[in-house]
Amino acid sequence: MPDARSLKPCRAERRAKPWNSVFQSPRPPHKASIAVGASALSAKTLTHGARCPSFAAKRLGLTTLLLPLALSGCVGPQSTFGGAGSEAAAVEALFWFMLWGAVFVWVVTIGIAIYATRVSPGRHSERTGIRFILIGGVIFPTVTLAGLLVYGLKMMPEMRSEANGPTIAVSGERFWFRVAYGVEGEPGVVKSLPPGGVESANEIYLPVGQRSELLLGSPDVIHSFWVPALAGKMDMIPGRVNRLVIEPVREGVYNGVCAEFCGDAHAQMGFRVIAVSPEAYAAHVEAQSQPAALTSGPGLDAFMKNGCDACHTVRGTEADGAIGPDLTHLASRRTLGAGLLAMSEENIATFVRATDHVKPGVEMPSFGVLPDAEITAIAAWLGALK
Amino acid sequence: MFGLDRQTRDNIWTLIAAPTIWALHFLLAYGVAAVQCAPNQAIFETITATRWMIAGITVVALALIGLIFLRAYREWKGHGGGTVNDQDTDVARESFLEFSTVLLAGLSFVSVIFVALPALFIADCR
Repeated sequence: MPDARSLKPCRAERRAKPWNSVFQSPRPPHKASIAVGASALSAKTLTHGARCPSFAAKRLGLTTLLLPLALSGCVGPQSTFGGAGSEAAAVEALFWFMLWGAVFVWVVTIGIAIYATRVSPGRHSERTGIRFILIGGVIFPTVTLAGLLVYGLKMMPEMRSEANGPTIAVSGERFWFRVAYGVEGEPGVVKSLPPGGVESANEIYLPVGQRSELLLGSPDVIHSFWVPALAGKMDMIPGRVNRLVIEPVREGVYNGVCAEFCGDAHAQMGFRVIAVSPEAYAAHVEAQSQPAALTSGPGLDAFMKNGCDACHTVRGTEADGAIGPDLTHLASRRTLGAGLLAMSEENIATFVRATDHVKPGVEMPSFGVLPDAEITAIAAWLGALK
Repeated sequence: MFGLDRQTRDNIWTLIAAPTIWALHFLLAYGVAAVQCAPNQAIFETITATRWMIAGITVVALALIGLIFLRAYREWKGHGGGTVNDQDTDVARESFLEFSTVLLAGLSFVSVIFVALPALFIADCR
């Protein structure tokens, strides 16, 4: 009988041919060898793809193409592998520890499977079987899980230890983040976040090397506050103030997202965290606490005439609405529409004209009905509010 | 007590007794911790009373599961301690239930310890 390996077809051929054609040989096989040949073939078919050069090459090519794409998620401002915060670094260490542990368990398991099927395929005694199950299935998992549990439990209180930096209130609102620097308050079951502080939106400055305390809440639905590069998630729940302590260890700009589905524009509900030196943080908050840079002109007139002040505050003017984001220093932010567009006059005008087109589901109505000159004036004014 | 010295007839209730204690322990431990920590206030204050309560219900749960384990183990050994149950007889059925009870009691014992471990390592409501 010829070598079964040399006769095995590539996957495409295998589909085209009936199975019995695989056994074509110059003379019919001996009856007793048919069963053995069939079982050997079925066992070896598992590795069949690797012996077919064209298919293996295609698979390798596909993997080579997709691997960078998959790994590209491991870097950048939104990656948990950045280790830019002390909590993220601890979680990353835990991840690698568990990953290598899982690899070890996998290798051992597959090694045992190979041993049982290839090296020593004979029947083992019941005593050996029970001992194997007791050690591999009871003692090893129990000890491993207990170790991991203790490791994780010891880590938790450290992550939530007392803050030594500023207290910042962040409110998740459909579909943006209200920010107030320097509030005084505690976590608890309360209707709303503590009032006061220097208000901003969709951008949070944090001092590097200090443990800032973030008080998180929401007036509408449950959101979740997540800056993967800095720390873990924390829910923002209506009627409750949660506490998250973040300690950035490296300066930089990091992406934050809402990590709990909250409505149509959930996917466009993002923010930026800018980790800076404590001095730069203090300077930023001081600058944000000042009134608007430009408190007169056609842009402000158009803004007030069209009722924008019903929802937005611009400190230093009569606009004192509290429904939407504070626009006092809008142009100092990196993004517009909660992490959606780059900050520019053109983008402000585009957003005002057709909010729902830019950000489907947004609460702010479109103002495309306004004369273009007014929209341009409003955008020019807001674009000057550094 | 619990038929430690005699052979009793096992049934579905003796089989699920240990996991039921595990479930009740889980419920009580989380209930006690939630009553203390759900208000989300004074999160740095130690919660010694709550931790002792969890320790207490853990000891009770472990003792009960231990008794269930011991009873089933002795009866299973009394029936020969076999792990192969492929016969359609009352003894095989009994042995199967006893062995299953032993395994479930072991699992429940470890799980109750795992459920109680946070109370050992975390001293406040953080």
